[in-house]
Amino acid sequence: MSLEKIIMPKLGESVTEGTINSWLVKVGDTVNKYDPIAEVMTDKVNAEIPSSFSGVIKEIVVEEGETVAVDELICYIEVSNGSNSVNDSDEEIVQQTGEVPATAAEVDNEQSMKLRYSPAVLKRAAEHQIDLTDVTGTGIGGRITRKDIDAYISKGLGKSSHSKVNEEKAARQINQTLSKKDIEIPVTGVRKMIAENMVRSKQEIPHAWMTVETDVTELVKYRNEIKDDFKRREGYSLTYFAFFIHAIARALREYPEINSTWAGNKIIQRHDINISIAVAKENELFVPVIKHADEKSVKGIAREIFELANKARSGKLTQNDMEGGTFTVNNTGTFGSVSSMGIINHPQAAILQVEAIIKRPVIIKDMFAARDMVNLSLSLDHRILDGLICGRFLARVKQLLENINEQTTTV
Amino acid sequence: MSELTYIQAIRMAMEEELQRDDNVFIVGEDVGTKGGVFKATEGLYDMYGEDRVIDAPLAESAIVGVGIGAAMYGMRPIAEIQFADFIFPAVNQIVSEAAKIRYRSNNDWNCPITIRAPYGGGIAGALYHSQSVEAMFNSHPGLKVVIPSSPYDAKGLLKAAIRDNDPVLFFEHKRAYRLLKEEVPEEDYLIPIGKADIKREGTDVTVITYGLSVHQAKQAATELEKEGIDVHILDLRTVYPLDQEAIIEAASKTGKVLLVTEDNKEGSVIGEVAAIIAEHCLFELDAPVRRLAAPEIPAMPYAHPLEKEFLITEEKIAASLRELARF
Repeated sequence: MSLEKIIMPKLGESVTEGTINSWLVKVGDTVNKYDPIAEVMTDKVNAEIPSSFSGVIKEIVVEEGETVAVDELICYIEVSNGSNSVNDSDEEIVQQTGEVPATAAEVDNEQSMKLRYSPAVLKRAAEHQIDLTDVTGTGIGGRITRKDIDAYISKGLGKSSHSKVNEEKAARQINQTLSKKDIEIPVTGVRKMIAENMVRSKQEIPHAWMTVETDVTELVKYRNEIKDDFKRREGYSLTYFAFFIHAIARALREYPEINSTWAGNKIIQRHDINISIAVAKENELFVPVIKHADEKSVKGIAREIFELANKARSGKLTQNDMEGGTFTVNNTGTFGSVSSMGIINHPQAAILQVEAIIKRPVIIKDMFAARDMVNLSLSLDHRILDGLICGRFLARVKQLLENINEQTTTV
Repeated sequence: MSELTYIQAIRMAMEEELQRDDNVFIVGEDVGTKGGVFKATEGLYDMYGEDRVIDAPLAESAIVGVGIGAAMYGMRPIAEIQFADFIFPAVNQIVSEAAKIRYRSNNDWNCPITIRAPYGGGIAGALYHSQSVEAMFNSHPGLKVVIPSSPYDAKGLLKAAIRDNDPVLFFEHKRAYRLLKEEVPEEDYLIPIGKADIKREGTDVTVITYGLSVHQAKQAATELEKEGIDVHILDLRTVYPLDQEAIIEAASKTGKVLLVTEDNKEGSVIGEVAAIIAEHCLFELDAPVRRLAAPEIPAMPYAHPLEKEFLITEEKIAASLRELARF
């Protein structure tokens, strides 16, 4: 028998932490290798953690709802080594029996060094006002190592303790105003994630906004001419949104400043143009990514929108589908909105809201004309971008869109 | 660029300096026609003649004393002591003359001598051919003591030592001579004296050491990496005066420090390193500073099992690091 550790797996390239949504096993349960043991949520994706061993769950270290860094211990599992065949050498048996008391001792005497604090640990505890009895030690005899307290600090003083405080505050406020017919909806899962991300973006990023009005009469005409044929041939719709993303990706190529992300002490201008698109599903919101959008045709983009939306609706989006976005385009026009101020998708530099296309009277050469008009509303991170560059970018998007017609554009 | 052994890199450094500066010359026992007992000066006698590659009598005090005199008159001597074990007759010259002349003459005189000597055990050299003598010199301001850990460093540091305007003791681990090989550039480059070097970045435990033990620590680190222990290695390179800043940084990085020397533990160079850490890093320390050194025994034994017991090995370093990591 030996005690093995199960750690928080890395569930995506840029994922650094995960939240245990729920445990699917309890202490004492017997599990087989690859059995799911817990449901974990990373940035907007839910996944199950498979067991790395066959054995008995001995101790659950991370509570439901707790967020831990990748590679951190989440539970202990006791693995039986009884399956070793008869021809084991004596040496191996000695080793095995030698191991058991060692691990047993570690578990039993877990506390013997628990109160022996090194100067490094005491200093950090004082600086961050940490009660050391709350910290779990992984050193000899349960000693709290410098790494343990550093991990505790980065977890405790990071966003989780803040959001815990906020949650408690929020909970209290709801209690105060609750009347009999009100319904309480606990904020969990994707909703909670959306809330945290939005708070972070809104609190951290100094947003600024601008809107341009664009005449897409020619685009509407062109699309109407070909859309039925396209649908019949391809099996999915040729949406306006695909034309918009196509034009925006081209403009981003010409204005790389907009295609940036914020990294604290520096700004990273991204080479790849990966467009995040918002896909709503009842009370959930997903932001899958169209990668290398500037290299794709209108048709290619239309197909990808169709596929990503389908995946979102059926809950099949993977972490890979959500990663790497450099700019977000939000199709607010679907809801009939004509003006909105989007919250930037952290750490991107900007988000563009494509509003509803509406037929309106417009004055052209001193005469009224009925034109299909659309507003493009840009929210920008004023740390990264200024009005001048954004104005030029929007003007270019407008120009590209107004020039779409049968002659200039092939789908 | 070609792959050179530690001793070939040392030879290359001397050849290049002899070529570059007519004031450079070599003096020592068997350095001339024989080309050195370890072949460090092989071929140099034929290339530069008996005036610049001088065979000296068996008199270390004279080898160093002649060098000091020539250095004070503007030459750049490289004095070779055949084995560091034999340096003791020259200690008075080194400590009382070479180290002090700049201070004593209020900067009127200086002494740009380099004294090379092979040190260390592991070659069945027993009492008179295995000693580590660096601690003898690490309390004399005016001296610099350099101990390279690799062929690349050996070439750059020896050239810097020869060009240094003050006396430099240059100790070469004799087991490293043909054990260590790496790519060494043919062009001229210098490595600054007095600067330690991070040989490996790690986050769990720190090893601070010098000379051949750096190589052993690197091997131990590769082994421990498989066990998930990430080792940080600082090579002192110059053991006197010590690079305090680098020591403080390396110790603070992990808070768990292992100091390694092949010398006897008490009074060794790493005791001073431990003192620097104690003075500056208390609030970053997460474990008692550990020392791994030779036992308090007068000399390296000749019998192979005893010699092995006496010496630092990769396994001993790995075992100490494992305990530190678990602490």
